[in-house]
Amino acid sequence: MKAVNGGVSPQAAAAAVGKPEKKMSLGRRFIKQWDFQLMIWPAMLFILVFSYGPMWGVLLAFKEYNIFAPFSESPWVGTLQFRMFFESPEFWDIMRNTFCIALLKLAIGFPAPIILALLLNEVGGWFKRVVQTVTYIPHFMSWVVISGMAFSMLSVDQGTVNDVLLFFHLIDEPINWLSKPDYFWGILVSLNVWKEIGFGSIVYLAAIVGIDPAMYEAASIDGASRFKQIFLITIPSIMPIMIIFLILGIGNTLNAGYEDILVLTKNMNNGIVMPVANVIDTYVYQMGVLNQRYSYATAAGVFKSVLSVTLLLVANGFARRFGKTSLW
Amino acid sequence: MKLTLGDKVLKTVVYVILLALAFVTFYPFWNSLVLSFNTGSDTSLGGVTFWPRDFTFENYGIVFKESGIYHAYLITILRTIIGTFLAMFFTAMFAYAMSKKGIVFKKTYMILAVITMFFNGGLIPYFIIVYNLHLYDTFMFLVLHGMINVYNMIIFRTFFMEMPDGLEESAKIDGCSNFGVFFRIVLPVSGPVIATLSLFTAVFLWNDWFIPAVFISNQELIPLQTLLVQIINTGATDNLIQNMNTFAQNMVENTVTVKALQMATMMVATLPILMIYPFLQKYFVKGVLVGSLKE
Repeated sequence: MKAVNGGVSPQAAAAAVGKPEKKMSLGRRFIKQWDFQLMIWPAMLFILVFSYGPMWGVLLAFKEYNIFAPFSESPWVGTLQFRMFFESPEFWDIMRNTFCIALLKLAIGFPAPIILALLLNEVGGWFKRVVQTVTYIPHFMSWVVISGMAFSMLSVDQGTVNDVLLFFHLIDEPINWLSKPDYFWGILVSLNVWKEIGFGSIVYLAAIVGIDPAMYEAASIDGASRFKQIFLITIPSIMPIMIIFLILGIGNTLNAGYEDILVLTKNMNNGIVMPVANVIDTYVYQMGVLNQRYSYATAAGVFKSVLSVTLLLVANGFARRFGKTSLW
Repeated sequence: MKLTLGDKVLKTVVYVILLALAFVTFYPFWNSLVLSFNTGSDTSLGGVTFWPRDFTFENYGIVFKESGIYHAYLITILRTIIGTFLAMFFTAMFAYAMSKKGIVFKKTYMILAVITMFFNGGLIPYFIIVYNLHLYDTFMFLVLHGMINVYNMIIFRTFFMEMPDGLEESAKIDGCSNFGVFFRIVLPVSGPVIATLSLFTAVFLWNDWFIPAVFISNQELIPLQTLLVQIINTGATDNLIQNMNTFAQNMVENTVTVKALQMATMMVATLPILMIYPFLQKYFVKGVLVGSLKE
């Protein structure tokens, strides 16, 4: 590897002067590589303002902030906002929804792309390519469009789902799917799987393609059926990448997104399903953006961040111990 | 290789499952497309599935005549183009400098950047910062949001580090400055990685409805996806209903329904991306892999 210090002075040149690079003061090196620093600073400035700025903003959670008055003028209230959140009547509903929805998304959304990849590996040619191309499509659609399709498919009058179920006499009358709290989690998780199953399978398919074909040949000479080969060769071979993605998934469980919930509840206006649909993120949106209770919403957000970071650390700890891998 | 009976059964089952999955994935989209080309009043009778029964361009005619939608479409297109360009430009430049050896404070920059992949201040503090910077309700913010994506920076950086040294050195001998090398040598040979990351960035900007919903209140600056949420949630915008009424007066009977217009708007909002993505498929498959290996 070459050692270009800022691309300005190759080490040979520095040695000729008889003064090794390393001896140059930090400030002089900085000035000498001003052009590279200039490439970095717009981006760093952006990160400092828009990523680190909000991190200081968590102090809002300990204040009673009013957006029309300067930050310094709003009074400190200690942990009042947190206590109000913990004691609010919806707190336990929100906690249950946050964890159950996240767990369901992980429990079904994690294995689904792996199964698809295994299935795709059993077929080939144009059929495989067509299925791949089709299943990638929903990844490129916005949740808005998907909700529009879901409302159309699940509609009470002439929705396809109701029509099909009526046709096979599985139900006696059309069901208003999106207004039944019992079905909400199921619909939410199904739509998530529907959207991401194809795209998620890309990585696993690539891992499967990388498996040495000699292993399959040896197995089939020994008389192992295709079914057995899947369990004895394919799955063990892609296990490492599965573990990495599982850890990432667990670490990000609570950040699984909430656009889906917002669009399916019509921006939280569907009061019937809200008791099962409200998660911490949507609650922050509801309290902060819709009701302008900035400090209270920030407190709820900070609480979520603490949970989320804990989860990430635990997942990474497990990875280090058992998977011999780590995110950092 | 001879297939046993068990293998044949397995193969058949696999084909059936995949066919069913492809159907379930494609049908909602296809049906929406069909409904967008079907007369609204006819659709409400039910039974329109794979093919329009009463074909019409009427729905699209109204959608494109509706000034609100037209305007929102323009905002979406401008946001996607300008936003993608800015993001690619500043992220690639950042990554290029970070791929060099001996950069002062490189480690500090890297740590500061990577931390933001795992921690953030949350929606409300972000909102307050944006508000206090007077970026609330500006087009500027729509293109700035998410401009520097650390994940993309790392992918760019990996790509730049794997580039052969000879390319840059010969340019430098010819008297090119570092900026010159970046613009004239490095960027032109980075086509595939730029194509992949542009696609992801452009898809995000095109599909994003949430950020404008929170940070934009001026209806003139609302992009199409956000307008679509308003249409789906409230039935239709006032403008749209008015337009429909005037349209209805011209017709003997009212054949346009809110649902038909929703479908047409949804298609207008989705089709551009769906028409582009198959051509970029081989690039983004590669991009996904590079990204996942870096984790």
